[in-house]
Amino acid sequence: MPMEPQEIEKMIKDALPDAEVYITALVNDGDHYRAQVVSEAFRGISRVKQHQLVYAALKGNVGGALHALALETAPPETA
Amino acid sequence: MSDNQALDRIKQDVESNDVVLFMKGTPNFPQCGFSGQVAKILSHLEVPYKGVNVLEDMEIREGVKAFSNWPTIPQLYIKGEFVGGCDIVREMFASGELATAFKTAGVPVKDAAQA
Repeated sequence: MPMEPQEIEKMIKDALPDAEVYITALVNDGDHYRAQVVSEAFRGISRVKQHQLVYAALKGNVGGALHALALETAPPETA
Repeated sequence: MSDNQALDRIKQDVESNDVVLFMKGTPNFPQCGFSGQVAKILSHLEVPYKGVNVLEDMEIREGVKAFSNWPTIPQLYIKGEFVGGCDIVREMFASGELATAFKTAGVPVKDAAQA
């Protein structure tokens, strides 16, 4: 079952309220997206842990409703 | 019971092989673009690895997701440690970190990883 990008963004922001989220569709089929997520929660933790936070926010939809979610995660730049 | 058996087999695979890629399809015939990308990176680095085709075994396919708390395939392991899926492996390859990780683990890797 496809998901709307707004729904993905909302679920990520519910779990990571400070997050900036940009979703783009890789293919227009509702289940291949790219998500770029910037949040303080990612600072100082490994990429695996950063992605696990996003997967947890999406509550089991990745790998299910979302066949593919290309993820780019980073803490905010401290400039 | 069968769940635990699957987890035991996964554990044994990642502990008895330096580099293991759980993937859809085989290194020569990947059945998914994301698995194919990681296989291509490993062959580019000329890293010897064991490919496990999760499409052949539903218990391994589901088990490996629980094993690493990671919802998708492919999954790359170096020396028993989960490194990441397609996005992370690609990022690490592009930055040269992946070659470094193999070297650190004592896995033979082709130099000139930095294209």
